[in-house]
Amino acid sequence: MRVAVVGFGQTPFRTKRKDKTHPELAFEAINVALEHAGLDMKDIEAVAYGSMDPFDGIYCPERWDATACGLEKPVMKISTGGTTGMTTALAAYEHVASGLFDVAMAVCVQRVGECVDAQPVLNTAVDPIYERHSGLGAIHVAAFQATAYMAKYGATEEDLAWVSVKDHKNALKNPCAHIRMDISVEDVLNSRVVCSPLKLLECCPRSDGAAAVIFASEDVAKKVRDNPAWVVGETTISDSYYLGDRPDFADWDSLAIAGRRLFRTAGVENPVKDIDVAELYSPFTIQEILELEALGFAEKGKGKDFAKEGITFPDGEMPTNPSGGVLCTNPIGATGLVRFGEAALQVMGEAENQVDGVEVALSHAWGGTLQFHTLALLSSRKKLR
Amino acid sequence: MDVTEFEVWWKIPFRHSAGIHATRFFEGLKEKKILGVKCEKCGRVLVPPRAFCERCHAETGEWVEVKDEGIVETMTVTYMKFTGLPDPPYAVGVVKLDGADTGMLCFLGGVDLSDWRRVHEAFKPGTRVKAVWREEREGKITDIEYFKPLD
Ligand SMILES: [Zn+2]
Repeated sequence: MRVAVVGFGQTPFRTKRKDKTHPELAFEAINVALEHAGLDMKDIEAVAYGSMDPFDGIYCPERWDATACGLEKPVMKISTGGTTGMTTALAAYEHVASGLFDVAMAVCVQRVGECVDAQPVLNTAVDPIYERHSGLGAIHVAAFQATAYMAKYGATEEDLAWVSVKDHKNALKNPCAHIRMDISVEDVLNSRVVCSPLKLLECCPRSDGAAAVIFASEDVAKKVRDNPAWVVGETTISDSYYLGDRPDFADWDSLAIAGRRLFRTAGVENPVKDIDVAELYSPFTIQEILELEALGFAEKGKGKDFAKEGITFPDGEMPTNPSGGVLCTNPIGATGLVRFGEAALQVMGEAENQVDGVEVALSHAWGGTLQFHTLALLSSRKKLR
Repeated sequence: MDVTEFEVWWKIPFRHSAGIHATRFFEGLKEKKILGVKCEKCGRVLVPPRAFCERCHAETGEWVEVKDEGIVETMTVTYMKFTGLPDPPYAVGVVKLDGADTGMLCFLGGVDLSDWRRVHEAFKPGTRVKAVWREEREGKITDIEYFKPLD
């Protein structure tokens, strides 16, 4: 069963969207998606909903937000850390791919801006018996990766800073992006150190907002729009719960395995040639570098040069995060769905910061202190090969 | 118009069971012993110990004592205050102890933390470190105060 994305909607993401409540944000994103797809709420047959309760201080936000998803529909809640948004997309996709539904919607809402400090919440995601005492959140783990990578491959602070410069320049073109400012390498290097070697401008903000993606079966997709984004591959992978069990912080092996699995099933032979743009989950500069290498876009130890050399800029050979990425916008549980939706827009040729001639786009999310990865490939072609 | 806001707290006490394996590990700490368990299938020594090997989906077996010395795999120094987390600056790292096949998350110390570049030099990946134990040990992971450079 071929399945396509036929609609994507997102709210503008801000530090706080005080103007709206949780379901009002869902309502806003859903209506943008419905309008984009040219569908009505009555056309949506099932809903996959994603959020992470403790960031918003609301247990079972699916109860509140289901009111914006149209009553009486089947609703499934997904919560898998940073991968939540993309896992929710895949859950909705699988509803249609199974043949049980013709149209399904993924909806994610997250209000990290209402959480006064996200790191203590992230700390509760760490093993409570052996690891939580160490005061660890997501940023510390990214700093572990940076320390290990810089020591192994000789990357410099400037190499990492270029990733931030690139993402911030891209976000300037995206009205929904949260942080929109033009910054230089010097600005990044001069910003305060949060968790060494990572500096403030190498770290994502806490964002408020929502996103929705509508999936349709082949027959419906062809009727609804002439430029659907076909889902041509998807996979997820799980690694150890324990941080100490990671084989090597300088290389993201679990993502490399997931990438090879994705490329084999989708028929990708050469990632750089076959994939035109990637929306990667990189809330911290170092992570884009590791992701480029794990996914085979860069050789090991060479990912550090990509932003500096312009390769990952929109006019480069392997553009990443033309939306401005997670570094400029991070409503954590909705972030993966934004990656997925932005990748779909690139394939449709409708992105705000459109890369020329995109036929195949990759979408990625990681979650759970480096534990999970979710990947998807979208294309204007129904099959890559 | 000023939008009305409500302040909300989640401050709910829980009591997590450590299970039998971790309890034995914590008892060992009182005597300055670091215990791991061996997976018979893959041969890895897991420190801290767990009841099953997640790679092999097999119960772990033999208990082994590992050294309180090892090498730094990676580390970071935190300079920002996060609610409920330790006061900055604090250094944490992953240390692979001699005799273990997994890394352990721990504090690093014994050096001035004010200049992060110096701390990274003192604890760069591959550096040998040794545990500094608390005088009064109560069977908690924090019985190991921190790891310090060996030389
Ligand atoms: Zn094993």
